[in-house]
Amino acid sequence: MIGELLHRPWPWYVTGPLLGLVAVGLLAIGNKQLGVSSNLRHLCAAFVPGDVAYFRYDWRRAGLWNLVFLLGVVAGGFVGGVLLANAQPVAITPAAHASLATLGIQDFSGLVPRQLFNWHVLLTLRGFLMIVGGGFLIGFGTAYAGGCTSGHGITGLAALQLPSLIAVISFFVAGAAASVLLLPFLVPR
Amino acid sequence: MSATPTFAASTSRYRERLLEVYLVMGVLFGIVLTKGELVSWYRIEEALRFKGPYIYLVIASAFAVAAPGFALLKRRRARLTGEPIAIPPKVMGRGVRYVAGGALFGLGWGIVGACPGPLFALVGAGVGVMAVVCLAAVAGTWTYGYLRPRLPH
Repeated sequence: MIGELLHRPWPWYVTGPLLGLVAVGLLAIGNKQLGVSSNLRHLCAAFVPGDVAYFRYDWRRAGLWNLVFLLGVVAGGFVGGVLLANAQPVAITPAAHASLATLGIQDFSGLVPRQLFNWHVLLTLRGFLMIVGGGFLIGFGTAYAGGCTSGHGITGLAALQLPSLIAVISFFVAGAAASVLLLPFLVPR
Repeated sequence: MSATPTFAASTSRYRERLLEVYLVMGVLFGIVLTKGELVSWYRIEEALRFKGPYIYLVIASAFAVAAPGFALLKRRRARLTGEPIAIPPKVMGRGVRYVAGGALFGLGWGIVGACPGPLFALVGAGVGVMAVVCLAAVAGTWTYGYLRPRLPH
């Protein structure tokens, strides 16, 4: 009974407040701001700083805590996504199901469609563009904007910062455009 | 080892204890991302196609907790470091970086169906190919750093 309860997905009114509490907790514990994409910069600074001024800083001092946090996120993904995995398909709305079916998605099980995210799609042009091109844009865009869905979307908005609101509106508009206009041409068939 | 640690030794031990706390916070965040289905491609694409309110309700309720929390914490001191709590304001400038950077990130987000936190959580959840997305994202950040002096901000 309890086992079944642990595997059930959490509703929005549990998930959202807990996200907020993580952000509040980091601030209360060590004056740290929740923001995952800063780690992409710290990784560059730690491993491939090159001659680039943007990566010439004391990454241990600025970002070691965040890299350790990121390691925790990977471990948390294992706990939540493997140990406590939900066996049922994600309960999206019927309208969403119909809309994603038009992309050619047939198997709605798992956290991501296996049809899209497997090693073989990397060998197709569409799949390569989706995985490598999409990843590149995420890294370039978050660095340019100075934050992502956590840094701007949670921390920045909660701190009532106007730049974060602009960034959030911008990435939601572009995300909607990409999902509707680009994704149909990138889903491997 | 001396029985009375020097100041430097005690602060470095303090910092190590802090790292454990951040590791635990990261694990907690990773569990929330997966159990809350924020790592789910289906949930993200549902939101970006405006076919369901789930993600919007999550963001609104996170804000409802974090905004008053931040306001209460301002001008207090952090529990473990004793530092005064302050959130440095983001520099607006001409705002180009927030519009253009946000848009480029949004395009990648819509294409992959995951943002940076979930990308790493999905690697832990066993979606191995997401590690390639993470590496491509590091390459994207590096390219931004390289081009930064020539980009409008």
